[in-house]
Amino acid sequence: MADIASTTTPSRSWYKRNEIALTPWLFLLPGILFFALYVIIPIFQSFWISFHEWDGLGEKTWVGTAHYERLLGGDRKFQVSFWNNIKWLFLYLLAIPAGLFIALLLNQTVRGIRLYKSLFFFPFVISQVVVGLVFSWFYLPNDGLFDVMTGWFGIDIKGGVLGNPNTATYGIIAAGLWPQTAYCMILYLTGLNAVDPEQVEAARLDGAKGHKMLWYVILPQLKPATFIAFVVTIIGALRSFDFIAVMTNGGPFGSTRVLSFYMFEESLSEFGFRMGYGAAIAVVLFFIMLFFIAYFLYSMYRDEKGAR
Amino acid sequence: MFPTPIAKTSRTWQLTYQALLPVTLVIWLLPLIAVAIFSIKPDADFASGNFWGLPSSFELFNNYGKVFFESDMPRYLLNSVLITVPTVIGAVALSSMTGFALGVYKFRGNLLIFFMFIAGNFVPFQILMVPVRDLTVSMNLYDTKLGLVLFHIAFQTGFCTLFMRNFIRALPFPLIEAARVEGVAEWRIFVYVVLPLMKPALAALAVLIFTFIWNDYFWAIVLTQGPDSQPVTAGITSFNSQFRAAYHLMSAGSIVAALPPVAMFFLMQKHFIAGLTLGAVK
Repeated sequence: MADIASTTTPSRSWYKRNEIALTPWLFLLPGILFFALYVIIPIFQSFWISFHEWDGLGEKTWVGTAHYERLLGGDRKFQVSFWNNIKWLFLYLLAIPAGLFIALLLNQTVRGIRLYKSLFFFPFVISQVVVGLVFSWFYLPNDGLFDVMTGWFGIDIKGGVLGNPNTATYGIIAAGLWPQTAYCMILYLTGLNAVDPEQVEAARLDGAKGHKMLWYVILPQLKPATFIAFVVTIIGALRSFDFIAVMTNGGPFGSTRVLSFYMFEESLSEFGFRMGYGAAIAVVLFFIMLFFIAYFLYSMYRDEKGAR
Repeated sequence: MFPTPIAKTSRTWQLTYQALLPVTLVIWLLPLIAVAIFSIKPDADFASGNFWGLPSSFELFNNYGKVFFESDMPRYLLNSVLITVPTVIGAVALSSMTGFALGVYKFRGNLLIFFMFIAGNFVPFQILMVPVRDLTVSMNLYDTKLGLVLFHIAFQTGFCTLFMRNFIRALPFPLIEAARVEGVAEWRIFVYVVLPLMKPALAALAVLIFTFIWNDYFWAIVLTQGPDSQPVTAGITSFNSQFRAAYHLMSAGSIVAALPPVAMFFLMQKHFIAGLTLGAVK
């Protein structure tokens, strides 16, 4: 065997001598190459493109910060998109308490509870495109179930939920909350499984129950679950694109645009390929996200240091 | 256990709970139930305004038959399979290697590279859109399944590396050291010691990535067009313009498009959930 021979002879090959130092880099190489080519480098390219006027085919013309000046200097569409993003961010967070609520409801051991748990979870597995379609039928003016139900209370939303600029964004967020709540629920269900029963018993002996027990004993133990729920919900909110594209396509009157959708529209719409301007919007979105990414990474870094 | 186990509560609350469960479930799944009913209704029901009542006739075979034999749906489904399966294999293969490197070895820049993968994975897609589209066009891969697969593999490697690395970290390290003492080559340690122990992680990631990629819509419309290479999520919108306002067919199509990941989830539930919670909440 060549292997054995090389380890016993004093003049081992260069590779053998440096095996422990070299192996990780060999294993990392394909992954890093791919990731750099498709993810890391494009981020910087987008920065570069955002300083240019470009239709995606011809020459790029340098325009400096003109795109950013236009964006921040009163582009109405940008303002609408930005505020919609803020709405998404805050309202989407409702998925966390809602998920916790359903998890508490389902954290029992009765017959068939496993099936109940999976059925409650399963909206998350369906593609957002299909969820969006389903909800757009649910919201249909006059014929939609939602309109029928609000009709019972004498409420009539003009043009239907998605046809009315005042309600459309909220209608879409509600549709988005459905699978997101399911996701948070499953995070909390796994978290609740790991709650220390002795602590709960001890707290019970001390007379803690109901919301006090939840707040002081259970929630602190659910911290890892809450952290992941925050991460995935915030990222989900800022990435929201599918629902808007499928349900309203940005309408009515552009009232449901968010940054991710506006960016897509500018770069690849029938009105022409304004890649430079689109890239500038993406850069703004990136910086909003970076704020959260930095926080997430910082928390993970702290845990990492604590672990070893 | 919290909340108080139902068995230890009063009889009335037990009965209320048992009755409450199915009711909340029906309310929770109402939109889906509605679509399922839509998909077995005849066309006439929608024309006569009977949207939410019982179907006037049972048209399951008719409607789904139309989806499968009179539209591009089967092609879109096939495209989805041909995009999803190679992506799963590629991403899992790449990330088991990166995860191994980052989880087992101590070297300078380890944490930096790890955090680069995590950060890249959190980035908004839109900042990648223009350059990735340009790259794909310049490689002559625009509107091909391969172009989409390559991007998906690269992007999913970020998430998968996070998962794999944490999983490998939790493996018993003495096992690897023992192998080293025996003089086993490092790549053999990966293949014969670590990989067999990673089976649960491989399964979890495979199901999860399958669902993510199957459900992807954004990249499908950015990198492909038309039934030659578009997956079913993008196909469903052109399917819907083909059958505009034919709600029974659109719902049947949507159900068909949504089914594979649902089936995957119900078959591999345990792995799926382990993957979703990132292994952080055990």
